[in-house]
Amino acid sequence: MVTCEPPKKSLPYCSDTASLHGGCRAFLVFPGLKMLSAQNFGESGKMKEYHYTGPVEHRFSPYAFNGGTVLAVAGEDFAIVASDTRLSEGYSIHSRDSPKCYKLTDTTVIGCSGFHGDCLTLTKIIDARLKMYKHSNTKTMTSGAIAAMLSTILYGRRFFPYYVYNIIGGLDEQGKGAVYSFDPVGSYQRDTYKAGGSASAMLQPLLDNQIGFKNMEGVEHVPLSKEKAVQLVKDVFISAAERDVYTGDALRICIITKEGIQEQNIPLRKD
Amino acid sequence: MALSNILESPASGFNFDNAARNAAFEGVVFKDGVVLGADTRATSSEVVADKMCAKIHYISPNIYCCGAGTAADTEKTTDLLSSNLTVFSLNSGRNPRVVMAVNILQDMLYRYHGQIGANLILGGVDCTGNHLYTVGPYGSVTKVPYLAMGSGDLAALGVLEDGFKHDLELEKAKELVRDAIHAGIMSDLGSGNNIDICVITKQGVDYIRPFQESEYKDTRKLKYKYHPGTTPVLTKKVVPLKLEVVEETQQRMDTV
Repeated sequence: MVTCEPPKKSLPYCSDTASLHGGCRAFLVFPGLKMLSAQNFGESGKMKEYHYTGPVEHRFSPYAFNGGTVLAVAGEDFAIVASDTRLSEGYSIHSRDSPKCYKLTDTTVIGCSGFHGDCLTLTKIIDARLKMYKHSNTKTMTSGAIAAMLSTILYGRRFFPYYVYNIIGGLDEQGKGAVYSFDPVGSYQRDTYKAGGSASAMLQPLLDNQIGFKNMEGVEHVPLSKEKAVQLVKDVFISAAERDVYTGDALRICIITKEGIQEQNIPLRKD
Repeated sequence: MALSNILESPASGFNFDNAARNAAFEGVVFKDGVVLGADTRATSSEVVADKMCAKIHYISPNIYCCGAGTAADTEKTTDLLSSNLTVFSLNSGRNPRVVMAVNILQDMLYRYHGQIGANLILGGVDCTGNHLYTVGPYGSVTKVPYLAMGSGDLAALGVLEDGFKHDLELEKAKELVRDAIHAGIMSDLGSGNNIDICVITKQGVDYIRPFQESEYKDTRKLKYKYHPGTTPVLTKKVVPLKLEVVEETQQRMDTV
């Protein structure tokens, strides 16, 4: 499956280098503008290069990268959606208590990371659509239905995407755990586990190994219990906070079972 | 005349993009000498590459230097400076003065017109007093009583501006540097982990590494051990090497 990365060049008001990862690396400086020896901040607040590279054109970027990591795991009769609570921009921290898991229904939680503005708007839109569905059909949307709907919502903005990496975790109609992972323009699939956001490249291989038993031989494939899954998620985030600067402060875990949604908060490193 | 130079520069982390470091560095001149401080995080475009990197470099027995910017540039520049000053010491029988180090650096960096991305803070004690200088990558030099540098400098400078006084006592100066770097570490994503401090006085140098360890310990519960045979062995070839142990060293790894 080819996932779509948000466009880098196609938008009229996005600068060439305003990739959605917020790093405006190549800026042209106006001739005569003194390059400070201290930090020079790009549009997104990230550090610029020291060296004068010629004339710079400044453009407004409608996106910012606010960091954060989300993770979802599906078990036999439970699902876990976890996220860190740090909201950052450039090298600064906006908030240490901004969780990225949002409760949609009693059996579904969505984790959204990327550009915080789009995360908020998207969750508002999803909430409104859930209400509309409930009033029209007198029933709550199922996890699979929410996933399909989110895909169309995201694709509706194919040419000015929501800069959000979504992961939905919940219980399906049979009561089994379900995880649906998305790219910013709506491509999705059902998974057993998925990591998204800034530390996703660090976490996904670890989950592949510990939950999917990949790259191992001669190991007994025991089904994942809820306690082990929760502890694994905690350990995995502690490791992510060590190496990813955008992940940290605290971990919010939502455990979805047929009894309801239980939340846990675990502190992570704050530096 | 004992001048207190207290420079504090918050280190910005190292960014290995250009193999740079972001960090929080500080230098503060106090009553009897100079205190330099730095964090220990080196980043490579937002991934922490080294959790225990040493950012305070030795220049001469009485001069130490904190380096921000491109990691390779700061290492090589400080090494070159250190060699030159050692040769000078051997020729003249004297400890080098801090202004010497500063002038050599400034000459070299200006010659390269900023191509060498080294942002340095030099602190030292010599026969003329306690000095703290900063040298920028384009060759600019400033002499200051206190200073913060790196990506965490704004946060650290706030603490420094509030707490700095001329002629501080040693313990107060160390506290001030520690607090300023701590502010840098907590507010800045490019700085983190432990704090190193280097106290330079007429009597000698006290390089405390780490001065303060990070309070975040490993709290993982599950065991992640793999039994032999987990990775399939396809072929095996054993070549015995005849080795003689010449030297054995241990290096502490900062694992969580």
